[in-house]
Amino acid sequence: MQYDVVIGLEVHAELKTESKCFCSCKNEYGSSPNSNCCPVCMGLPGALPVLNRKAVEQTIRAGLALGFEINRTAIFERKNYFYPDLSKAYQISQLEKPICINGHLRVFDKDIPINRIHLEEDAGKLIHQDDVSMIDYNRCGVPLIELVTDALKEPHMETADEAIEFLTKLRQIYIYAGVADCEIEKGQMRADVNISLKPKGSKEFGTKVEMKNIMGFKAIHRAINYEIERQKEILDDGGEIVQETRKWDNDKGESFTLRTKENSEDYRYFPDPDLLAVNISDDEIKQIKDSMPMLPDEMKKKYLEEYGLNEYDTDVILADKEVSDMYRDCLKMYFQPKSVANWFTTEILARIKGGGTIQIGKENLVWIIRAVDEKKIRRNAAKDLLSYIWGTNLNAEQEAKRQGIMADMSSDLVFEVLDKVLLEKAQVVEQYKSEQDPKILNFLVGQVMKETRGKANAQEVMEKLKDKIN
Amino acid sequence: MSEIIDLSAIEIRDKILTKELSAEQVCKAFIEQIKKCEKYNAVLEVFDDAIEKAKEMDKKISSGFRGKLVGVPIIIKDNILYKGKKCSCSSKFLENYIAQYDSTVIKKVLNAGAIIIGRANMDEFAMGSSTENSAFGVTHNPLDFDRVPGGSSGGSACAVALNMCPISLGTETGGSVRQPASYCGIYGLKPSYGRISRYGIVAFASSLDQVGIFSKNVLDNALMLEVIAGKDECDSTSADEKVEEYSKILDEDISKLTIGVPHEILEMIKGMPCEKNISKFLSLLKLNGIKVVDISIKDISLGLATYYIIAPAEATSNLARFDGVKYTTRSDDARNLQEIYKKSRSEGFGREVKRRIMLGNYVLSSGYYDAYYKKAKAVQHELIKEFEDAFKGCDIIIMPTTIGEAFKIGSKSKNPVDTYKEDIFTVTANIAGLPSLSIPFGKGDNGLPLGIQLMAKKFDEATIYKFAKFIETKIGE
Repeated sequence: MQYDVVIGLEVHAELKTESKCFCSCKNEYGSSPNSNCCPVCMGLPGALPVLNRKAVEQTIRAGLALGFEINRTAIFERKNYFYPDLSKAYQISQLEKPICINGHLRVFDKDIPINRIHLEEDAGKLIHQDDVSMIDYNRCGVPLIELVTDALKEPHMETADEAIEFLTKLRQIYIYAGVADCEIEKGQMRADVNISLKPKGSKEFGTKVEMKNIMGFKAIHRAINYEIERQKEILDDGGEIVQETRKWDNDKGESFTLRTKENSEDYRYFPDPDLLAVNISDDEIKQIKDSMPMLPDEMKKKYLEEYGLNEYDTDVILADKEVSDMYRDCLKMYFQPKSVANWFTTEILARIKGGGTIQIGKENLVWIIRAVDEKKIRRNAAKDLLSYIWGTNLNAEQEAKRQGIMADMSSDLVFEVLDKVLLEKAQVVEQYKSEQDPKILNFLVGQVMKETRGKANAQEVMEKLKDKIN
Repeated sequence: MSEIIDLSAIEIRDKILTKELSAEQVCKAFIEQIKKCEKYNAVLEVFDDAIEKAKEMDKKISSGFRGKLVGVPIIIKDNILYKGKKCSCSSKFLENYIAQYDSTVIKKVLNAGAIIIGRANMDEFAMGSSTENSAFGVTHNPLDFDRVPGGSSGGSACAVALNMCPISLGTETGGSVRQPASYCGIYGLKPSYGRISRYGIVAFASSLDQVGIFSKNVLDNALMLEVIAGKDECDSTSADEKVEEYSKILDEDISKLTIGVPHEILEMIKGMPCEKNISKFLSLLKLNGIKVVDISIKDISLGLATYYIIAPAEATSNLARFDGVKYTTRSDDARNLQEIYKKSRSEGFGREVKRRIMLGNYVLSSGYYDAYYKKAKAVQHELIKEFEDAFKGCDIIIMPTTIGEAFKIGSKSKNPVDTYKEDIFTVTANIAGLPSLSIPFGKGDNGLPLGIQLMAKKFDEATIYKFAKFIETKIGE
């Protein structure tokens, strides 16, 4: 039987703010356990939350970046459940009136409708060691936005590829808007996926299965495909899908039941009486809109049209905001979009692959690119130079001079060498004259380069050789 | 000179400032009195550094320190956090819990120069109207040992009535200051919601909770309010409303005030012990040329039902943090996470608290939320509106504080709803967020005190105090 797949996503992202959502503790990853804590985020008796307006602003910014409507009055609710990482035994979240409603995100050729983005607080972290469990409340109270796609509206996401494209683009938008860092391995972006199948063309939705907190996009991709297949098999065998929450085991490549609907929790939401309704003015929205940085889609247009880059280079550069930002910084100093892009898509990306950061200043990088373009330095020597000064405080120009790798074609020395080689290899020169084999010419260039210890520009040596011989 | 413990807070302050008395002397006198009254079980702990603090205060005064409550000994209800001191909410669950920070109220009281000498017994987590629900034993009525002092702030009320301190702090959610004030024959204020910061008060029902003030006279009460009231950045629900120097405006003219009496209340109290007392009070007002008008608060009888939905709902959530994981006492038998929760909470909470947690969970649970909680909130909005309308025709609304005199210990504990009914006249002020002061007026058939509530528009404590002062001086017995 043929099925329509309906995929829904719930994506959590930790907001980039100085302080936590409801207290003034630092919102900082990697501090020693329980060092960014106070009575409020530790849920001590008598402590009360005070809303960090910056978190609201960031949520609005996220919403605007995704074309959401902003509710002029938003309220916070308590989501009640017991777990040791939740200090108050309730999470301050939003249910009835979230800050952002009705957005959408372009995924390939579809505009995927998004129901809401709401602001809530993150929970702490449990650390299990041997038979002891410990709680770190540093993350407790960190502002978190939850985005929920609207699977009830058309069009739906139907494949794992679409879901991953959604997440990739969403992540990029959050990062470019300055809303969140979304570092997956730090748990700053987490996704729950729900999947249902229905007979092809049917209007009625099938039973939904949810998969919680799958780490990493690759794992999500696998989990989705696994779940689609699992449900297909059940339906093909005439079985029924059980409404449940499943957990994905990436090592085993399979999922298992976490809890079914019968024992699902009743969160007993109600408006948090400790917090006032949040009023959002047109002025505030306008201010946030006006200060919105350029987002990936707009930036892509600029790269393609203004800079004349090809689609591949554009996507590669845009994929990493640090790369993209520095790329544009370099263009401000040296407007050769293609030449500079070439260095970024090859040399820079190769060096930061797997999570590294760019460890060269834009001045140094521009100097190197320009030197190569102006044939002052050979490309290979330039790459070596880049590696040499990467991660150091060295100055590219000074270092190039110190190492004596600057080409100087106008110097008598190069001409002398050229003449010397032509004389010494007269036989080879004759051979080239008759055969016109580029390999022979390359051999001669090589000889010159060897004699000049690499200072000459190979391209120019070749030109000059050609001139002399013919 | 009368005995130190008979003095009002202001008299004590002034005598200390003029060095007629030392803070140490005063502190010792009251601690002595607490010891004498030990059998009433009003005070759970006398702070052992109180006398030391009083000595320090004497030094500070010598070097020029001044404050509105200089050297005045205060007793606080056991749900108000005072850094470094136990704060148990009269619960076994928090028996050894030490406050990690000062509540805003405590900061303000200390800044004003007060000496906090002890913490007072209460119904566990402020749930109750008799102080019988304390894990540490019942507090006795100061005037009749066999009767309750009222609750939940029974310890604080009893302490003031028996001169263990001139002013004490309690908390209100549905009458927990006014009702015991009435039973103990003293003044008890529940300020407007938002008037006093709730930061550092162990929450019962956040949208209703307020700190309240017990005193033996109007002036002391007014003085305490001006010290502890005001906007607090740590409490989003605290109001940015002007705080007046209430103690200085008490003698302003009140002859132009109009007093409203809801006819629904007059209907309701027919046959109740408080009926005669209200009639007497109203005729005395009229005799003194005060204009009394009939008003209507149509849905006033719904207050109690509304209260017993909203309060338990919020309490359920507020008390969930007491889970045996962090600071509350963990059950010795707990072997896994589920057992930590279940056994610790089963052993830690008392019966009434458990009852309200269950009530709250019920009204919030899916399928019942709209029928109970949402409806209660709608009634609450209606009541707020009805009061606003009523105050267009009067400045003060009068009601009895309680049905009658303090009841006998144990007489209502069998049927919890009987105890809940105790709150019938007090809960409306909490539901509507209005200020209300219970003043002692009249006696019941057993010769025990009765109280009358004076309510005003939100944030108009000033008018209440002025009117109360008039009654205290002109009408009071």
